[in-house]
Amino acid sequence: MGNPRLVDPARLVQLTVSGASSGCIYGLIALGFVLVYKATEMVNFAQGEIMMLGGFTAYTLIAKAGLNYWLGAGLTVVIIAAFGFLLDLLVLRRLIGQKQFSVVMLTFGLASIFRAVAGMGWGYDPVGFVTPFTNKVVRVGGIVLSETSMSIIVGTVLLCTALYLFFARTRMGLAMQAASQNQLAAYYMGVPVKTVFSLVWAISAGIAAIAAVLLAPVAMVDVNMGLIGMNAFAGAVLGGFGSIPGAVIGGVVVGVVEQMAGYFLPAGFQETSANLVLLAVLIIYPQGLFGTLTRKRV
Amino acid sequence: MRYVVFLLVLLVIPVFAGEFYVGELGAVFIFAVVGIAQMLLTGYTGLISLCHAAFLGLGAYTAAILLAMGVPFLLTIVAAAVVAGLAGTLIGLPTLRMSGLYLAIATLSFGSIIATVLAKWDRVTGGWSGFIVPTPVVLGHALGGPVWLYYMSLAALLFVLWMSLNILRSPIGRAMIAIRDSEISAQSMGIHLSRSKVTAFAISAGMAGLAGAFYAQYVRALTPDAFDLLISIQFITIIFVGGLGSLHGAIIGAVFVRLLPQAIALLRDDLPFGLGRMPGLEPGLFGLVLVLVILVEPGGVYGRWQKIARYLAAFPLSRRSTSTRQRSFTRSERLR
Repeated sequence: MGNPRLVDPARLVQLTVSGASSGCIYGLIALGFVLVYKATEMVNFAQGEIMMLGGFTAYTLIAKAGLNYWLGAGLTVVIIAAFGFLLDLLVLRRLIGQKQFSVVMLTFGLASIFRAVAGMGWGYDPVGFVTPFTNKVVRVGGIVLSETSMSIIVGTVLLCTALYLFFARTRMGLAMQAASQNQLAAYYMGVPVKTVFSLVWAISAGIAAIAAVLLAPVAMVDVNMGLIGMNAFAGAVLGGFGSIPGAVIGGVVVGVVEQMAGYFLPAGFQETSANLVLLAVLIIYPQGLFGTLTRKRV
Repeated sequence: MRYVVFLLVLLVIPVFAGEFYVGELGAVFIFAVVGIAQMLLTGYTGLISLCHAAFLGLGAYTAAILLAMGVPFLLTIVAAAVVAGLAGTLIGLPTLRMSGLYLAIATLSFGSIIATVLAKWDRVTGGWSGFIVPTPVVLGHALGGPVWLYYMSLAALLFVLWMSLNILRSPIGRAMIAIRDSEISAQSMGIHLSRSKVTAFAISAGMAGLAGAFYAQYVRALTPDAFDLLISIQFITIIFVGGLGSLHGAIIGAVFVRLLPQAIALLRDDLPFGLGRMPGLEPGLFGLVLVLVILVEPGGVYGRWQKIARYLAAFPLSRRSTSTRQRSFTRSERLR
């Protein structure tokens, strides 16, 4: 460990791209956190587990039921989004107005229920399914990039564009922005705040499902895959927790840092690099890259 | 008086009960110490910490490593508490300026950093192959076996209870409760917010480290996965199940959390559909209990017991409405 290595530019680009692709997954999960946080001030620590459920749903539909990849992926997103909607409707709505750490612990409890249920239903062995991108590579100049990494990056960019258009241009998107800025005022203006909240949960669960489908060719689907949600937190915090572009950019930065740490630093740093980034940001620059810090007036 | 009788019962239990149950009760006491530590921080000061397992682990490894180096047992207990307390101060100083949510995330990542360090720094901690904890020797007697552990943990629990009761009556404790109820009003009453918070964090971490010295004796072989996030969540489950904001709750919760796995083990063969044999049943059940407590009875077992006691005290005159929850709306924690 610690022996100097030649920094080969092509290797560096490959590291950056693979870091960016895992970073896009972090970014997508972070996006889920941030959407829910912005709208409802709840933090969903079960976001990684919802992604895990999405992965298993996609596995069941595509590998077991033999559906076409695109159809299976679409159905997965719909199913998981409906699941997110019901989760808010039946469970989280009842916690409105309670202390924030009650919500935090509730989502931790939900996460372990999801893990147990997934373990009982699908078993503890990692599973995977074949996608159109599996085992293909793209050559750009002398650099070999896997098509799965590219699919993740392209998918993230497309999704972010779609979300941007949704929030900026559609009536429901505007209603969501209004509800997240001031619930009471939005309610007086005729925004159905409760339904909006449930829809936000549905969207964030749907994003988690997309992340799962994109991630499946790179990492196998297994019960503990939700733990990468912890790295996504680093991304969300780095982006300023509450900023949607910040979440994605933060996630990408964390992914790249992680790859670089694995390459340049001794063993053990790759696993903790996300946590170290997170603590460093919280200590040095708590408002993050794109966040705003406000204080209550008495 | 009730407590004296209860204590006497606890003192004579090892005479009758089998070794296994004595050992398990000892573990309940150790968890109760951590539960009290977590309760002081989360239940009384209103600060969430998701890294108490890391403090427990720091205490356990400190005590075990020092014991192996031949340091006297009592000193290793003190050292365990001091090391964990220092770690608590270290992480508390920068993070306690943050609001509840950020603190949860910061402690979460601190906990996982400590868990990784324990696993990777294997020259000192033994890493994944584990660290065998030596049996302590005091005045020439080897204090091995569950009965000694039982009495030592009981003594630790009593000490921590006594300390907590005193802390809660002192200015620090009053300040902690005031901070929980409203930071702004506490601040305007002249409470130094960050100093009080760091003090609470250090005390709580130190108590968890103290428990760690005994926990090392209970598990006998330390591995890093005994101190990861899932265990921290168990500690939070302790205080939620027992009831936030009461020392009784911490102890009730510890009893519940330690005995639930035993109950599952006992019922394993009798549950329908082979449910008892499903792997992952235990963490799932913990999650379910946590969710149900938060949704149905945020006051926990002790809160429910107080309601029942009030009902009985006022028996023919009690009204339903005395214990119904008030409707509340989202109070923004963004602006603080």
